[in-house]
Amino acid sequence: MKVSLRVNGKSQEIDVADPSTPLLYVLRDNLGLHGPRFGCGLGQCGACMVHVDGRATFSCVLPVTAVGDRAVTTLEGLMEGGKPNKLQQAFIDEEAAQCGYCISGMVMQAQALLNKKPNPTDDEIRRHMEPNLCRCGTHAAIMRAIKRAAVA
Amino acid sequence: MNVHLKPSRRDILKGTGALVVAFSLANRSDAFAQEAAAAGKPVTLDQVDTFLAIDDKGMVTVYSGKVDLGTGIRIGIQQIVAEELDVPLANVTTIEGDTTLTPDQGPTYGSQTIQMGGMQIRQAAATARSALLDQAAQRLGAAKDDLAVAEGVITAKSGGGRVTYAELIGGKSFMLKVDPAAQAKNPADYKIVGKPIPRRDIPEKLTGTFTYMQDFRVPGMLHGSVIRPPAIGATLQSVDESSIEDVPGVVKVVRDGNFLAVVTETEWAAVRAARELKATWSKSETLPDQAKLWEHVRSTKIVTDDVTSNIGDSAAAMATDGKKIKATYDFAIHTHGSIGPSCAVAEFKDGKLTCWSASQATHNLRKQLAMMMKMPDADVRCIYVDGAGCYGRNGHEDAAADATLLAKIMDKPVRVQWSRADEHGWDPKGPPTLIDLRANIDASGNVTAWESEFFIPQGAAGMVDLVAATLSDRPVVGKLAPGGIVNDSAIGYKFPNIKTVCHRLETTPFRPSWIRTPGRMQNTFANESFLDEIAAALKADPLELRVKYTDPADKRGLEVLDRLAKIAKWEKRASPRKDIKGNVVTGRGVSYVKYELVRTYVGVVADVEVDRTSGDVRVPKVYVVHDCGQIINPNGVRAQIEGNVIQTVSRTMKEEITFDRGMVTSLDWASYPILRFSELPELVIELIDRPTEKPWGAGEPTAALIPSAISNAIFDATGARVRSVPFKPEKVRAALRSI
Amino acid sequence: MTLRRILLAAAAVGILVLLVGFGLAWRPAIAPVAANAAVNTDRKTIDHGAELAAIGNCADCHTAANGPAYAGGRPVPTPFGTIYASNLTPDVDTGIGSWSEEAFKRAMRDGVDREGRQLYPAFPYDHFTHATDEDIRALYAFLMSKPAVRNIVPANELDFPFNFRPIVAGWKLLFLHRNALDPDPNKSAEWNRGRYLVEGLGHCGSCHTPRNALGGEKKDSAYAGGAAEGWNAPALNASLVTAHKWTADQLAEYLSTGWHKLHGAAAGPMADVAKNLGRASQDDVRAIATYIASLSPGTEAAKAAIPAGGKVLTDQPADVVAIYNGACAKCHNDRHDVGPSQAVSLAYSTAVRQPESANAVRVVMHGIEAYRTDGGPYMPAFAGTLTDEQIASVVEYVRARYTDQPQWTDVKSQIAKARQEGAQP
Repeated sequence: MKVSLRVNGKSQEIDVADPSTPLLYVLRDNLGLHGPRFGCGLGQCGACMVHVDGRATFSCVLPVTAVGDRAVTTLEGLMEGGKPNKLQQAFIDEEAAQCGYCISGMVMQAQALLNKKPNPTDDEIRRHMEPNLCRCGTHAAIMRAIKRAAVA
Repeated sequence: MNVHLKPSRRDILKGTGALVVAFSLANRSDAFAQEAAAAGKPVTLDQVDTFLAIDDKGMVTVYSGKVDLGTGIRIGIQQIVAEELDVPLANVTTIEGDTTLTPDQGPTYGSQTIQMGGMQIRQAAATARSALLDQAAQRLGAAKDDLAVAEGVITAKSGGGRVTYAELIGGKSFMLKVDPAAQAKNPADYKIVGKPIPRRDIPEKLTGTFTYMQDFRVPGMLHGSVIRPPAIGATLQSVDESSIEDVPGVVKVVRDGNFLAVVTETEWAAVRAARELKATWSKSETLPDQAKLWEHVRSTKIVTDDVTSNIGDSAAAMATDGKKIKATYDFAIHTHGSIGPSCAVAEFKDGKLTCWSASQATHNLRKQLAMMMKMPDADVRCIYVDGAGCYGRNGHEDAAADATLLAKIMDKPVRVQWSRADEHGWDPKGPPTLIDLRANIDASGNVTAWESEFFIPQGAAGMVDLVAATLSDRPVVGKLAPGGIVNDSAIGYKFPNIKTVCHRLETTPFRPSWIRTPGRMQNTFANESFLDEIAAALKADPLELRVKYTDPADKRGLEVLDRLAKIAKWEKRASPRKDIKGNVVTGRGVSYVKYELVRTYVGVVADVEVDRTSGDVRVPKVYVVHDCGQIINPNGVRAQIEGNVIQTVSRTMKEEITFDRGMVTSLDWASYPILRFSELPELVIELIDRPTEKPWGAGEPTAALIPSAISNAIFDATGARVRSVPFKPEKVRAALRSI
Repeated sequence: MTLRRILLAAAAVGILVLLVGFGLAWRPAIAPVAANAAVNTDRKTIDHGAELAAIGNCADCHTAANGPAYAGGRPVPTPFGTIYASNLTPDVDTGIGSWSEEAFKRAMRDGVDREGRQLYPAFPYDHFTHATDEDIRALYAFLMSKPAVRNIVPANELDFPFNFRPIVAGWKLLFLHRNALDPDPNKSAEWNRGRYLVEGLGHCGSCHTPRNALGGEKKDSAYAGGAAEGWNAPALNASLVTAHKWTADQLAEYLSTGWHKLHGAAAGPMADVAKNLGRASQDDVRAIATYIASLSPGTEAAKAAIPAGGKVLTDQPADVVAIYNGACAKCHNDRHDVGPSQAVSLAYSTAVRQPESANAVRVVMHGIEAYRTDGGPYMPAFAGTLTDEQIASVVEYVRARYTDQPQWTDVKSQIAKARQEGAQP
């Protein structure tokens, strides 16, 4: 079946064999995006996070047919003029990734916070980032990156 | 000017930029294979060409058997090579873990990458440089020691001509043995090594342009998903294929012995079909009762005793008068917990297998896949593609075996993406560890004897049997391979009588493997906590006791302890603290190790906050002093230390797999919680750089100290000793109520 | 709360106030104790107090969102306005640091603060009044051992006449029964212990018993089901509709872990109760389970059997089935009784079988995140992932597929209410 999706500012028609297919798989396999990643498929780890109408959302538990006309933004869609945005650049400057598998989700989650609250406290950052898991132990660097973007 | 019609290897390597790598890698690899075969590129450890190639533009390709598992060693090795050759760092790229192109430098584990692999490559580079200078001397008619190299250009200091590496060797082979005597560069002249140079992969990872194993695709590829038995050892009785009739995109249900899989057109179809396929399995109960795990471990048959140290006569010393103390420690079974579940792609072409995997040991994987498929090693090529961090031997190799089996059966390339439950349930586990310790203290407060017994599975590092091979009843090595888990069972403290024995057990409840700091973490937990018990018995300051029993000639070790006391503002006193009152109390604990007794020195102080009624423990701050000799890239070392601390706080405080008599029951993050942001400690790290010393590993040593530092801090805060990892509130509560 | 009920309540209260007068409402202050006064530091007593506080779920009300434990300030919505839970830490100025044990005991038993002011029954002293001297002493010792936190709690926001504290004395005449719970010699010691805890410190009836217009528990329908923060507190008596009848063993496991494989997860406010009970004496939890199981005598039977995989429905819209398959079935899958996240078959779920959709709607919207740090059942919140229409349709689909109960009619209004509650952070 054909599904219309608005991803990173671009509307497109996508052919999906199974209407229950979660958005994550469509973004990765049909659109070839590498930002959102499969981590658990259960909404437990945040590796798949994207923004749906500006809200950080687990794309692994959102069937693509349920997205409707809501705007989807992935890590790629945060780029500004082909360059990393302020938050992405802060992660780069802080080298806030080890294996980096969780990082796309971390950025999407943190961006959702900064959009609402440009200058969050440490506590607010920690609470907001609570749904996202990292196994390499990059949390401290991630905190530094978010704070760098907040004050920058 | 020569015109090259055939692209140079370098051009092929560069592809057309990272963005399209996912879709071009397959072709690229074919090109590699053809060229490598044509060029007959050596992969033996004694050849310079094994490790290095310089093309006609002066671009340097490093062939590394060690792979970057997300730790940042790629830039480290590039720094070593650029430094040694005096070429711009930007001109150095790396090919890693490709069994056709790269040498077998051993798996990427054990904090050996820089220390062993990096040094092999440094020696190759030093050999290459020396040979190039010889050629240049001839070409320029200058004395070799009159030559200087900058940015790949050789000039004579006394003036005259110049020649580039590209002109000397560009595109040609060195045809040279690695010279162990080749003089490496004087560290005093370093311009690149030791500098905090940013990793190249991070900008790609932050913009979605990086290609992980999980992103890797080849044309015509199908997706596979394996339906695992509900219990280890269960046999497949029947499959109801009609149960997935309405799942779109199913190509085939594959059954090979107890190996049951679905092959589909899309990844989601594989997820759904695997979830919905109905199958019946026999009942199987191979696991012990988790509530009695430690009785089970203690009563498991011992096949051999490894005496890892035997100094003086500990039995006699234990028998003399004195204060005897003894304790038993245990450390739970852990899973690797990669954030991205294992994934692999396999393809058979003309009877030959290519398997793309994030394996830390592609050369071993090649042998195992060849064994499983009854093929010659030479017909199997394994190519490393970066995956999510694995922290040891997780499920990557098993996913590779799944993909291989399915690719063979389907005669098409197949990608297998493990589920979260596959990863938590079927990756090999860090085995349960049980440790008894005893010590004797004489009347004047000297420790006269130290004895320890470690109950750990037999075996060493090696090849962990592949799940798919076991399920489909194909050949396996059939030996336990838990890693080098006897390391750090012996201690470095100078007690007159020491005996440390590892009782190697015939079996362990789960297929074991190594997880970051294997054995060293468990063993050091017991050793460094028990040392604190001795300090408490002596009413001695725990840090001072460590100094007292450290070899006075070991200046580097003593410096670590000294600097640790300074950065942690260590207050000299015995534990527990005297002023414990109120519900929430704080304490600090120290731990120290010279890793495996021979390398990286680390000291850690952990601060804790303990709620004495609930048993909740917070770790607000951790201090680390770290001496790994020559630092190649301080950013990399620091990131590794941070990761060591944070990951091990998680393992220490929270982690434990759960199981029933048949199978792991903690199959996701809800049942196997790991550390979250709210639990993140503040870190204070001091690196000691010793540019003139050998570089040692940094990927593991700090982790060895975290459990004991926290246990010691809890004791300091409360007077209660926690001897069982993880330190869950109920255990801490029980320890608190027993004092 | 309808206007009619409010008027009724106001009238009743007015009459009561007249009847009882100020005389009854007046209680003397109890002399303050000095800061740093000698308090009981016996660890056993404090630990016992901690376990009792866990059974009483004290920290849950007396801790503000993201605030320090027991420092108060959490708004407790009531039909009469908002009451802010008091600071129970031993801070002299803003907590109970100047309270003697006597003053604490009077508050627990009589609902009067140290200075003699009437306390609103959002603080369930109608239950706590049953607590023994020994237990109150332990609780007091425990609270006094906590770190003192200075935290001025906001003033209550109550409508007239409820903002006039003395009227509480009238309420007490009707609803505060100070009689001791004499042990029932025909029952086991465990059952009696359970009853003491459930009726007393556990104050289970506060949520699980319906309340009358004056906010008193309807004793004649004890445990027939009540409400808490928008969620239904299911009946604990025989009127509860479940797929499997609760046994004491199952209840004990559920209460201490928040989950049972034949019933599902404790979500919403019950999640906090379960998390606390996990830290209480497990003998006490067992006793509580024994007593609660006895409230619904009888055996399993007569329950319509719905297969774990649900009924086969052929008439459902494809888009709703797609949502179920893509969002729900990953955990609530049909191959295993228990999927990832400890998700049970929805055929077993109490929320799906209740007469109202309140809990089904809220668990879909808010998820279950209470156990995330320590591990336990989990469900992602779908409030931001799915639209209201999608949530409604999938909730109704689940009801149809996994129960033999009539379709709900309140789903849309429950979704609207849940949105208003703003519980979604």
